[in-house]
Amino acid sequence: MRSPAVSNRSAFALLAAATLLAWGFNAALPPYMSALFLLIGINALLAVSLNLVNGVAGQFSLGHAGFMALGAYAAAWLSTGPLAPLFADSAVSNLGLACTVCAAALVAGLAGWLVGLPSLRLRGDYLAIVTLGFGEIIRVGLLNCDALGGARGFIGVPPAGGAAWVYGLLALACLACHRVMAGSTGRALLSVREDEIAAEALGVDTTRCKVGAFVASAAGAGVAGALFAHQESFIHPSSFNFMKSVEIVVMVVLGGMGSMSGAVLAALMLTALPEALRPLKELTGVDLRMVLYSLALVLLMLFRPRGLMGRGELWQVPWLRRLPGSRRSS
Amino acid sequence: MKAGGAILSVENVSLRFGGLAVLSDLSLTLGAGELAGVIGPNGAGKTSLFNVLTGVYRPDSGEVRAFGRPLAGLKPFEVASLGLVRTFQNIRLFKELSVLDNVRLALHARRAPDLASTLAALPAAALAEDAIRAQALGLLERLDLSARADERAGGLPYGEQKRLEIARALAAEPKVLLLDEPAAGMNPSESAWLKEAIRALRREFQLSILLIEHDMSVVMDLCERLVVLDHGQKIAEGTPGEVRGNVRVLEAYLGTRANPAGRA
Repeated sequence: MRSPAVSNRSAFALLAAATLLAWGFNAALPPYMSALFLLIGINALLAVSLNLVNGVAGQFSLGHAGFMALGAYAAAWLSTGPLAPLFADSAVSNLGLACTVCAAALVAGLAGWLVGLPSLRLRGDYLAIVTLGFGEIIRVGLLNCDALGGARGFIGVPPAGGAAWVYGLLALACLACHRVMAGSTGRALLSVREDEIAAEALGVDTTRCKVGAFVASAAGAGVAGALFAHQESFIHPSSFNFMKSVEIVVMVVLGGMGSMSGAVLAALMLTALPEALRPLKELTGVDLRMVLYSLALVLLMLFRPRGLMGRGELWQVPWLRRLPGSRRSS
Repeated sequence: MKAGGAILSVENVSLRFGGLAVLSDLSLTLGAGELAGVIGPNGAGKTSLFNVLTGVYRPDSGEVRAFGRPLAGLKPFEVASLGLVRTFQNIRLFKELSVLDNVRLALHARRAPDLASTLAALPAAALAEDAIRAQALGLLERLDLSARADERAGGLPYGEQKRLEIARALAAEPKVLLLDEPAAGMNPSESAWLKEAIRALRREFQLSILLIEHDMSVVMDLCERLVVLDHGQKIAEGTPGEVRGNVRVLEAYLGTRANPAGRA
């Protein structure tokens, strides 16, 4: 049912190829398209990380934007404060970015741990409400924190990153998820989704599984937030509101709960579609963009109720099956 | 009691849900290598007893000991890791996972490679995963489920789901196996198979087994000793032959006559 782990050599090749391709492709794009391309990558990273909690481990988190905000503000503060010298010199700005990305992952991961430990005792709707509350607390906190710009937003985050960073990290996240899912840890996470009581009765520490998934997922959102901050140069609490969390949940559901490639595909679709529909306004004179966008969502869920990929992965589609380098035993 | 001392003991355990006494001052033991049965009418507290044994419920008083140590305060997964593993009355398979993955999951606690070597795809991780796979396939073979290894567990017919649940419990490497109504819903030939299988597996894996069962043919043939519960209390204990003729057991199952003079 699930595919074997990719070997290290082909994993490295895949990582390098994804990074280089994205970099090259992005270089050929006009600025507007390039910004969209990067946003797709960042959203994909958000969706892939949330998929770990909502899809794989079967918990319902509705506060992913909160963790993204923490990452974004951590990166913004560091790169204009303590790490500003690194970003002033273009020769070492990549080093600076590496630092802020790691710090963002740490901050968001730590917050994930703090939130996850008490709230993961809850299930379903209750967990959704608690995580939603947490996301709002972060946003309102940032809105009222004058040191971080408050309602004015955080201005002047040094630009850094670009396609190689976004897609390199996305590929890395996908690789990590893939390896976890191919092994025992992934099975343990799935067992929590399937039947927590049975999993516990068979010796699986379900609390540890859930909190672990939550922390990893929050760290991923933090990284996405850092990349977003350096991409946009200007961040504002309203970028990380409840609607952003919902948007990421929709990506996971639309992609197929538990499907990593589905999450990437859905992020691509849901980010590109509203932009692709923009010219429509000039043709019709009415802004039907969001109407059509919603209609597309409704139709997709009607015709593919389990999401684009269901619970499978792209490489499990029969005609894509022969992936080079994959071990034959499952 | 057969060879060895008690591997599992329940001492004066009481459990209440509000005003309802689910278990009252219950004591029982399971000897090492023994195969004992717990019987009793519906609602007697048999499954609650299993839930107390495996750490799902905390008893209000009394103590549960296994392998010479008290189990108080341990979480269900810790109890399972000690070697006290149960099956469920209503089968609880991981329905969306494959048959093989159901068994492999149960090997997780003891055999899984650590996360770091999984992420780095170290050879050690691959070796551990291969060993898990081999062991799981062996268990499926043993329970005649090899042909189903890659199928979705939820799609198996009922009898095979029951078998898979036993295979999965064995994969958790129990020393004591708690079987909650393994023969429920089985036809006579399936339950005859089950009896043989339980006997054989017990020898093969050196198990001590505590069995809840309503199917009297299974209980009477299989168990060396029976404990009879009614309303959370132990009303009788002894060999199947002794229990069969016990007045209080008959009363618990069949009720008493309205006319006291008619009592045996």
